[in-house]
Amino acid sequence: MPLSDWLKHRRQQLAGDPAGKRTVPGGIWSKCANCGETIYQRDILENLHVCPECDHHFPPSPDEWVAALLDKDSWRQTNSNLTPEDPLGFIGRKSYKESLAAAMAVTDGHEGIMTGHGRLADRAVYLGVMDFRFIAGSMGAVVGEKVTRLFESAKDERSPVIMVAASGGARMQEGMLSLMQMAKTTAAVARHSDAGLPYISILTNPTPGGVLASFASLGDIIIAEPRAHIGFAGPRIIQQPLGEELPKGFQRAEALLEHGMIDKIIHRRDLRNELAGLLGYLAGETSSKVGATR
Amino acid sequence: MTRRFYMDFEKPVVELEHRLNTLKEDPLAHEPDIHKEIEWLEEQIEKLKLRTYSNLSPWQKVQIARHPERPRLAAYIKEITSDWRELHGDRAFRDDPAIVAGLATIGGRQVVLVGHDRGSDTRDRIRRNFGSPHPEGYRKAIRFFRLADKFNLPLVTIIDTPGAYAGVGAEERGQAWAIAESLRTLTDLRVPVIAVNIGEGGSGGALALGVADHIIVLEHAYYSVITPEGCASILWKSKEKAPAAAEVLGLTTTDLMKMGIIDEVIDEPLGGAHREPGVVFRGVESAIVRTVERLLKKSTEELTTERYERFRRLGVFMEPAADTDAGENAR
Repeated sequence: MPLSDWLKHRRQQLAGDPAGKRTVPGGIWSKCANCGETIYQRDILENLHVCPECDHHFPPSPDEWVAALLDKDSWRQTNSNLTPEDPLGFIGRKSYKESLAAAMAVTDGHEGIMTGHGRLADRAVYLGVMDFRFIAGSMGAVVGEKVTRLFESAKDERSPVIMVAASGGARMQEGMLSLMQMAKTTAAVARHSDAGLPYISILTNPTPGGVLASFASLGDIIIAEPRAHIGFAGPRIIQQPLGEELPKGFQRAEALLEHGMIDKIIHRRDLRNELAGLLGYLAGETSSKVGATR
Repeated sequence: MTRRFYMDFEKPVVELEHRLNTLKEDPLAHEPDIHKEIEWLEEQIEKLKLRTYSNLSPWQKVQIARHPERPRLAAYIKEITSDWRELHGDRAFRDDPAIVAGLATIGGRQVVLVGHDRGSDTRDRIRRNFGSPHPEGYRKAIRFFRLADKFNLPLVTIIDTPGAYAGVGAEERGQAWAIAESLRTLTDLRVPVIAVNIGEGGSGGALALGVADHIIVLEHAYYSVITPEGCASILWKSKEKAPAAAEVLGLTTTDLMKMGIIDEVIDEPLGGAHREPGVVFRGVESAIVRTVERLLKKSTEELTTERYERFRRLGVFMEPAADTDAGENAR
């Protein structure tokens, strides 16, 4: 890397560039949190945030997901103007307002999910990418509303939906209104599905709780990333009668595949091709105009 | 009546009641002096009860909702239905006793009834896993939702669970998948759906029976995104903070009505449903009958559209004008 590039890269990192900041902190070299191998950081970035040594999948930012999945320059973000409120005036150890302010500082305005539409291998798709950095990608009213609108618009435009899930579950700071987002998003998925349109759900690390128990597990096809942690309840609250240990690989993508809960596990580098191939079968009747006309 | 169980905040009431009973049993109870004392005590007890029970904190309500003597599903089935025919099984793995389902007649109207059952005594509670269903419980529920749809029978659900079970088997058999499928099935059911929360409404495990056209909740029942204990252990790293968590979660019927999450509250007798269950049974029965009759006047189209809209509008957020038209902003 020429020095000028390195400086530019470093500056981005210091400015809080999400991509650089999140995978593995620090300078040019970083240590993989999974295998412990020291890796040239650019190699991880160029490898879609997958460790070249052990294939551990680190989370890309929503922008990077869009770049990895969609055709160049086809992306249009929607509803990024929705911002959360604090309906309960919730104060735990810190106030919800403080948590929101801190979360907004690390993301650029899309709250717990970025939604929009674009083209994937020249086919119109609606895409949602959840952002774990925003209060653990939890589902409050904004996430619920954006997911609902995504499916409603996709239904109107007769387009497939692709959802990249990553979430801590329902956002308890919004109380019951957040739980109700499970019903609301599920209903929107149902209407999109009843219109005969395809929905492919991609479960990334981690996807537990209320998001999995609503729209994320309702895909016509469910894909998981390797070793992603996916389950209803967090491992800490799983009840073990005699204090037994949890089974090996419990709630990992590989175990879910074995138990029949997901369709397949796809390495991130193959995901775009896989989606294009699957949509070739499922999205034959859907619109191809979206994105091209805008 | 001797009561086997009381909560900390009820102690003063229980102590006075105990003194009253001792006096009443005294052979000299008919003596004017003692009679006067009894009357005075009765008056004091009424006043104290009013003070104790009319300003219950959210945490105290949670305790009442979990009261061991609170009437549970079996009591409601016995008291408000006739010709009850329980049916079993998910047709895939096992009959989950935490979910009870069957055909019932309520107020002369035939319905499908599905509810959480937490059990009535220790043995029964263990058998029913304290009302926490496994995935097969939700799949059993879904079977009966579809039965209601197919045979055009209104569906009545009774909610009373601390939450869906968190265990190895439950995870391996797809707890989240089962709940999502339950929500999805209720979403487009073509018959009226009425949900009654009689005690605990613990998160997704409760909502799985709660995607309804009309949601009725008993006065001291609660409905929460997470149990107060769960919230406390995440936010304060201590279950001891559950009372504080109950305060902030907005889980009481007053909060739920304000937020438009529920439609109707049924008053409980002073001190909770267990103090005078008959009153509560009658209240629940007449609310169900009235609601079924009202909803049966609607067309299938109206029912499903209104159900969609009912949940569609829930959620508070701000939407400042977008940068460009049509709510889209190119990046």
